[in-house]
Amino acid sequence: MEVSMTVNGRAVSADVEPRTLLVHFLRENLRLTGTHVGCETGYCGACTVHVDGKAVKSCTMLAVQAEGADVKTIESLASNGNLHPVQEGFWERHGLQCGFCTPGMIMASVALLDENNNPSEDEIRHGIEGNLCRCTGYHNIVRAVEYAGAKMRGEEPPPPDWEGGE
Amino acid sequence: MYPRKFDYVAPSSLDEAFEALGDDSKVMAGGMSLIPLMKLRLFSPALVVDIARIPGLDTLDDKGDHITIGALVRHAETAASDLIRSNAAALSTAAALTGDVQVRNRGTTCGTMAHADAVADQPAGALACGAVMIAQSASGTREIPASEFFVDSLTSALNPDEILTSIRIPKSGDGEGSAYDKLGRRGGRSDYAVAGAAAWVKRSNGSITEARVAVTGIGTKPTLAEGVAEALIGTDGSASAVEAAAERALEGVTVLEDLYGSEEYKSHLAKVYAKRAINQALASI
Repeated sequence: MEVSMTVNGRAVSADVEPRTLLVHFLRENLRLTGTHVGCETGYCGACTVHVDGKAVKSCTMLAVQAEGADVKTIESLASNGNLHPVQEGFWERHGLQCGFCTPGMIMASVALLDENNNPSEDEIRHGIEGNLCRCTGYHNIVRAVEYAGAKMRGEEPPPPDWEGGE
Repeated sequence: MYPRKFDYVAPSSLDEAFEALGDDSKVMAGGMSLIPLMKLRLFSPALVVDIARIPGLDTLDDKGDHITIGALVRHAETAASDLIRSNAAALSTAAALTGDVQVRNRGTTCGTMAHADAVADQPAGALACGAVMIAQSASGTREIPASEFFVDSLTSALNPDEILTSIRIPKSGDGEGSAYDKLGRRGGRSDYAVAGAAAWVKRSNGSITEARVAVTGIGTKPTLAEGVAEALIGTDGSASAVEAAAERALEGVTVLEDLYGSEEYKSHLAKVYAKRAINQALASI
């Protein structure tokens, strides 16, 4: 059936089966492969994208459910070669090891900081509760989100742990 | 991982939805319970009736002596509602502890009721708060008390031709309070309940005059622990009275062992969480 939505600011439409998942529509129809397919059962959050401004798991949503929606993927974050503060945070604070969970972690973190750009460590950990990192890199992911929050507030980020910061 | 093939309709009115519903169809709101089941091929309906495009089902309304939660109100909205927090704290907390951020952004409070998972949070809150489920079909409306709604694992009292269009929650009065607490599978309160309990109490002149306590996570369905309520009523709600009442949390429940706990462990947790929920409810009055 016909489905139309806006993805990263671009109007798109396609003829899809009702069972087509949003993540497959993004990856296979639109070739936006930044969004990853992880666990496939809604646990891992690697497929996190924004639908109408809210973080959702695109492996647990049908493409047809996104009819008329405004969808944003990891590809929408950087502009003109400048990283989004959260992407910069993951880079600067080494918030990834293998990188598989990273697109979902970043999209969940962006949604978290959009609602509250000064979260406590506890709020960050709960905010990314729906995203699993099997390298267990959570410590630096939290630091990356703190870095991004500081940048978004126009403040100097705390120094990295390895330079004696806390 | 795809579901099996199915037909899909997104009606724009309840009447259209009723017309579409048949023996091998399933209603979908957010899809956070249904889609994983279909992807795992545990369930393969021939037709999915997506009610998300039906206007008027997405509101959470103050109706004077009660609140209604429409079929499309998401967990995140139930959790963020001051109206729910101040009148049905057990349901509010249960909504806040459902799934994770992404799940709460899509899944609906009515959906988790209709899904009737034995380890879900909000059904316990609905039982304790005395909710009434409003089931509509082409032939009319049924009002089903929460205490009669949860039938078995993944089985509610809804008929295949019915849609849970809203939930009615009585507003909180003087001397009343409620709370929900749980142990989650990932420790703390994260993920599905290994065991959880919701409590609603009414206290007048120092003694408990009414109570409802529900347990979840431990058996085949969220269940009202009537023995606990019976034991609480007439007491002063002291720590020892609450402890003694919570000992009866397993009456009428078949405790099932699963990957997250033995029968013995879950039985213990049910009593611990019944006690905690009652104490928190009393402290909130």
